Amino acid sequence: MSEYIIKNGHVFDPVQGIKGDKAEIAVKDGKIVDKVGSGAKVIDAKGKTVMAGALEVHAHVAGPKVNAGRWYRPEDKHFDSHKTAGITRIEGGKSIPTVFKTGYEYARMGFTFAMEAAMPPLYARHVHEEIHDTPIIDEAALPVFGNNWFILEYLKNHEVENTAAYIAWILRQTKGYGVKCVNPGGTEAWAWGLNCLSIHDKVPYFDITPAEIITGLMEANEYLGLPHSMHLHQNNLGNPGNYTTTLESLKLAEGIKPKNNFGREQVLHSTHIQFHSYKGTNWGDFESGAKEVMDYVNRQKNLTIDTGNVTLDETTTMTADGPFEHHLQSLNHLKWFNVDVELETAAGVVPFIYDPNNAVFASQWAVGLEIALYAKDPMRCFITTDHPNAGPFTRYPRVYSWLMSKKVRDERLNTFKKADKVISATTLANIDREITLYELAAMTRAGPAKCLGLSKDYGGLKPGMNADIAIYNINPDKFPSSGPEIEKAFAQVAYLFKDGKICVEDGKVVDMGHKQTFWVDAKVPENKQVMHDIKEKFLRYYSLNEKNYPVPESYAPHQHIISVDATQA
Amino acid sequence: MHRTSISSPWMRPRHEVKRMNTVTLTIKKQPELYLELEKVNPDTFAGKKADEIAKLPVYQGKEILTLGDFFTVTGDAGATAADTKIVINGDCTKMKYIGAKMTAGEVVVNSACDMYTGSWMTGGKLTVNGDVHSFCGLAMKGGEFTINGNAGNYLGAAYRGDWRGMSGGVLRVKGNAGSDVATFMIGGTLIVEGDVDIHLGTHMEGGTIILKGNANRRVGGQMVKGDIYVFGTINVMMPGYKAVADVDLEIDGTKAKFTQFIGDLGERHPKRKGETVYGNLYMKK
Repeated sequence: MSEYIIKNGHVFDPVQGIKGDKAEIAVKDGKIVDKVGSGAKVIDAKGKTVMAGALEVHAHVAGPKVNAGRWYRPEDKHFDSHKTAGITRIEGGKSIPTVFKTGYEYARMGFTFAMEAAMPPLYARHVHEEIHDTPIIDEAALPVFGNNWFILEYLKNHEVENTAAYIAWILRQTKGYGVKCVNPGGTEAWAWGLNCLSIHDKVPYFDITPAEIITGLMEANEYLGLPHSMHLHQNNLGNPGNYTTTLESLKLAEGIKPKNNFGREQVLHSTHIQFHSYKGTNWGDFESGAKEVMDYVNRQKNLTIDTGNVTLDETTTMTADGPFEHHLQSLNHLKWFNVDVELETAAGVVPFIYDPNNAVFASQWAVGLEIALYAKDPMRCFITTDHPNAGPFTRYPRVYSWLMSKKVRDERLNTFKKADKVISATTLANIDREITLYELAAMTRAGPAKCLGLSKDYGGLKPGMNADIAIYNINPDKFPSSGPEIEKAFAQVAYLFKDGKICVEDGKVVDMGHKQTFWVDAKVPENKQVMHDIKEKFLRYYSLNEKNYPVPESYAPHQHIISVDATQA
Repeated sequence: MHRTSISSPWMRPRHEVKRMNTVTLTIKKQPELYLELEKVNPDTFAGKKADEIAKLPVYQGKEILTLGDFFTVTGDAGATAADTKIVINGDCTKMKYIGAKMTAGEVVVNSACDMYTGSWMTGGKLTVNGDVHSFCGLAMKGGEFTINGNAGNYLGAAYRGDWRGMSGGVLRVKGNAGSDVATFMIGGTLIVEGDVDIHLGTHMEGGTIILKGNANRRVGGQMVKGDIYVFGTINVMMPGYKAVADVDLEIDGTKAKFTQFIGDLGERHPKRKGETVYGNLYMKK
């Protein structure tokens, strides 16, 4: 494999504490190394910014509900049907791009890893088919557990060991990476026409509360010692006044300690927290609760969050939070997709237009930025758009421009049609902070890598780590001052190295890399009870045979398995 | 809810005669497949000389070819779209997207043409001296689009999957149109001087449809708002319509008595100043 040496670039690497100093990065055999031979190809990064490849901690990029969006929204990819020159295929779709466009666009922005945020176990094959077809970036997927009948039954009696054994079994069957929990209890309640809007609402029939589900899943996750923590989409998403539910749910993590061999320090990752940080009783007296939520998050070292920034675009919302999608459809009267996934979960999809002229959407935009700007520890707060729910991931460069430049942010804020309302309902106008390149590297590289338990190989530029490197046309001494300039610089890397190969050059995809699918194989003590329950549920309830449930090897031919052993626990 | 006449923008005096540069495209070779002419509109041509226009890309399947491969181009375009006129001669039945997305200027096609003609246009004047296929005038926002022949299905409708149909401008068909005309229409005026097939104005939420001939079934199904005037007959009336009044109206130059129906009563309807707003269906007596 080729050797490279990247010279003269301004390096930003929280892993080594390098804050924009000029440092040489040597690349050999797919890894970053101390030194390379004199024959190494020289990449001159003079006047450019060098960071590790970025990691996406939460996006909906592969699987049945993403595809439902694609097939029921042909209008999303219209006008995108022509092939352009080069090795890339046709790139269709804006909020729900094809798998090809997904890979290319992440790579062009400097990303090398993406986590598919919600995999329905029953349809794991479809998720893996799409992951396999997404070029360049490494990926993994989180199976959803928060409304699964096994989990509800075990946790009703607080059977953490059985829960853990079932999670381990599902991870192996679905080639899953960790524990996702969406609107715990609420999605199952939706099958009864109900919802769980507080963490104390009982789930019908199962007689368990969201609080018990959240706590039990965190405990099971640490029992197994998984690389990632429990990953929570909280109850009561998107409703004014929900910040109290949010704080209550976060408090459930108090006293739970991380136990793993991956350097992960959090026990709970609370995702797209923007949607969960609202005060007030309705959209008329709505106020931002970002300060209250972030004051708590800042104090609690065992929590991580991601933002879920609203980008003010037309997009396609999709979530396993079935009742929420029904609620959205009743607001905007657009088309609604809804599916129940047998014993496991559900999903809904509704197109959505975050119109900047609407005070509510403009305020949601402001809350998302407040969350990131109030974060004291950039290693625990990551930037997402909950793609595609708050906006397409391709808008990250614009989100960065709002976070990194008060001028750009205030220009947007002050030109809203309802600017006065947004300014009085949020605190954004009073925030002067501008995220630095070093902080950005923590929020998009080192932080998410640590949160996902991948910090050994990802998120930094230390010798021994993967040679995943993004070089941007940004001179930190002359940081661009206009929004479009910042956007352009982050949207099109000068170079992207993936495992030591140049995959993007001058914003053009030049190599498809060797993408890998990550999943976690957790060993647990033999558990006859759980094996019996699985057999019984398949016979009694599932629409398919247990033997047809696992994802075959052929669906993830380039797999990277992380093993954990919980038999000594 | 009574109105005695509707404005007739197409009857207003013409704008002053402007000097326009005319670019003439004459077919010299028919495509093997269908040709996508997304670049054939005054906006793309503006500021270009004939030889530059001939180099514009056209798409045939996955191939990118040039306009000059299929057309002889004569005349230079004006500096802006507004002072550019395009005249297309020869058989265009395999040409898609002519005049799509145009914002100003003029296009005259002396032939029938294929799908997406005049779709997403926001201004200017487009005349087709022949028939058009389906999906023409989709989501049209403004301008004048006249079809001197017949139109296919989904005229002035929303793109597949979309919920935003024709929202402005004037679209006139001298002949007949197919099914699903003006689906999801939200504004503007669409006139069919002949007949239409099933599904006229489905999901309509604004705008005006004037049908001079007859309709088959399902006129105004799930209509929320807007006005449909029918001069001829409807084969089978939708059950969700209720007759409320007889009114004298002048529609597109014709004075007549109409029966006003409101509906579709099976659909949600917004309220304005405390009163429920319905779609109106006027049948000429």
